[in-house]
Amino acid sequence: MALQDVCGLHNSPLFPQWSAPLSRSFMPENSTHLSGGGIHGEAFSTRLPGRGGLSPLEFYMPIAEYLTESPINFGQTSLTSAPTKLLEIDHLHPSLPSISLPPPTPFPVSPSVPLPFTLSHGTTTLGFAFQGGVIAAADTRSSCSGLVACPASPKVLPIHSHLVGTTSGTSADCALWKRILARELRLYQLRHHRRLSTGGAAKLLSHMLHPFKGTELCVAATLCGWDGDDEKHEQPITEKHANTPTNQMTASNSIVRSRSRICGPRVIYVCSDGLRLQGELFSVGSGSPYAYSILDSSVYWGMSVQEATEVAREAVYRATYRDAYSGNNVDLYHVTAKGWRRRERENLKEEYYREKERERRVIAY
Amino acid sequence: MEYLIGIQGPDFVLVAADNVAASSIIQMKHDYDKMFKLSEKILLLCVGEAGDTVQFAEYIQKNVQLYKMRNGYELSPAAAANFTRKNLADYLRSRTPYHVNLLLAGYDETDGPGLYYMDYLSALAKAPFAAHGYGAFLTLSILDRYYRPDLTREEAVDLLKKCLEELNKRFIMNLPSFTVRLIDKDGIHDMEKLPVGPK
Repeated sequence: MALQDVCGLHNSPLFPQWSAPLSRSFMPENSTHLSGGGIHGEAFSTRLPGRGGLSPLEFYMPIAEYLTESPINFGQTSLTSAPTKLLEIDHLHPSLPSISLPPPTPFPVSPSVPLPFTLSHGTTTLGFAFQGGVIAAADTRSSCSGLVACPASPKVLPIHSHLVGTTSGTSADCALWKRILARELRLYQLRHHRRLSTGGAAKLLSHMLHPFKGTELCVAATLCGWDGDDEKHEQPITEKHANTPTNQMTASNSIVRSRSRICGPRVIYVCSDGLRLQGELFSVGSGSPYAYSILDSSVYWGMSVQEATEVAREAVYRATYRDAYSGNNVDLYHVTAKGWRRRERENLKEEYYREKERERRVIAY
Repeated sequence: MEYLIGIQGPDFVLVAADNVAASSIIQMKHDYDKMFKLSEKILLLCVGEAGDTVQFAEYIQKNVQLYKMRNGYELSPAAAANFTRKNLADYLRSRTPYHVNLLLAGYDETDGPGLYYMDYLSALAKAPFAAHGYGAFLTLSILDRYYRPDLTREEAVDLLKKCLEELNKRFIMNLPSFTVRLIDKDGIHDMEKLPVGPK
């Protein structure tokens, strides 16, 4: 499908709703949703000259009925202890300023569609940038309201050669949207002969997720990538820094930093409720407060690759120690100008026993 | 948890916003800019629900720029404020209302400086000074007491500092730094970030 689209062949697709243009995929009677999403649609549906059918930015828009009726119809109980709806206009006293309070727990909003079982979004993922690239790390436990559904699920998914995304939220949603993002980025690359920057990819993902705001979709991703058109310029500096001590690095830090305005490591957090933040360090998930406390004290720009790997691993380990919904193994990816590299998945149970052994020996003496 | 403030003088508008981007209990970013430049002399300050702020503000920003491209001249602050309010009102009773609180500050050649207060129910009011957020409870009375229509720029900055000191003293949230900008007939000027540090 992608090749046909790029080559300009007009082929009526098997499943028209997936790739139909925006104007035809809406039900006309649900005009309120249309007006909400349609304005974004019109802004996007610029048609490229010479293309048979589809323009590059026509994303899959949700069918209006699916948002109000569940296709699953077996008798399940609706969530009684429903936390506040994010989009409901709060019935606060009119003199209070209009602030939407954050939900108290990382649980989904009260559903308009009854869920087959209660979902929980337990995970620990993190990503940070430093002089040697970007480190993305995550645990591997998929939980489902108290049950460990899968102890070895990959939460850091590569999107293309220089971009890796950590996923948090509903696993299925994350996997799907990562694939959709990978497809759109590949199309962009084929059409424009260059990779889309990490910021562009984040904006693309954020706009694709916007129509689903207020539904059960929950995707909180950290896109970790390396922007740059010319890899040859970047890598000599990064290797040298790996061995020099901290105090010698401040002068060369500024050179690297100024060059990294256009190309360099990037970490951007994208959330399905629309938040999109660029920064140097993010951690997402139920275990993120524990990880933040390790990372905030140990991460600095001039650290070496080995130090960075150690810190990331330690942060995930500490989070898995304290958080019930994180655990099992740790995955670690390192993105540089040359692409991403994956570290062997490590079982944290070993680390736990090693630490217990160390403590036991310390107490013994 | 977020805070916006605007003070209008005889020929300028001073605006400030905090720099924290938070998600539940975690501060995800400490240097987040909540001001959106609509045109050379108009700023839109936007707080509210997570994704709505950026989505709505960027939408308004691009539309104001489109107006300039189509017509060759920029929208006035009053026109931009009313356009924003109309959009907010249109979305209010749709399936996807935008939960955002706004301050729009601008300078018009003929009308002079203007500060417009807008809330998520798309109420619009032109005001000499305004604030959004829980911090507004603590600072509006300071503004009531010390504001005069003929403030100089230095006096306005002092008044702003008074407000931020009060926040630092009494507000439960830690808001360590604020972006401050001033709009006058020469455009938008960045002023130094106000860290409200210990005296």
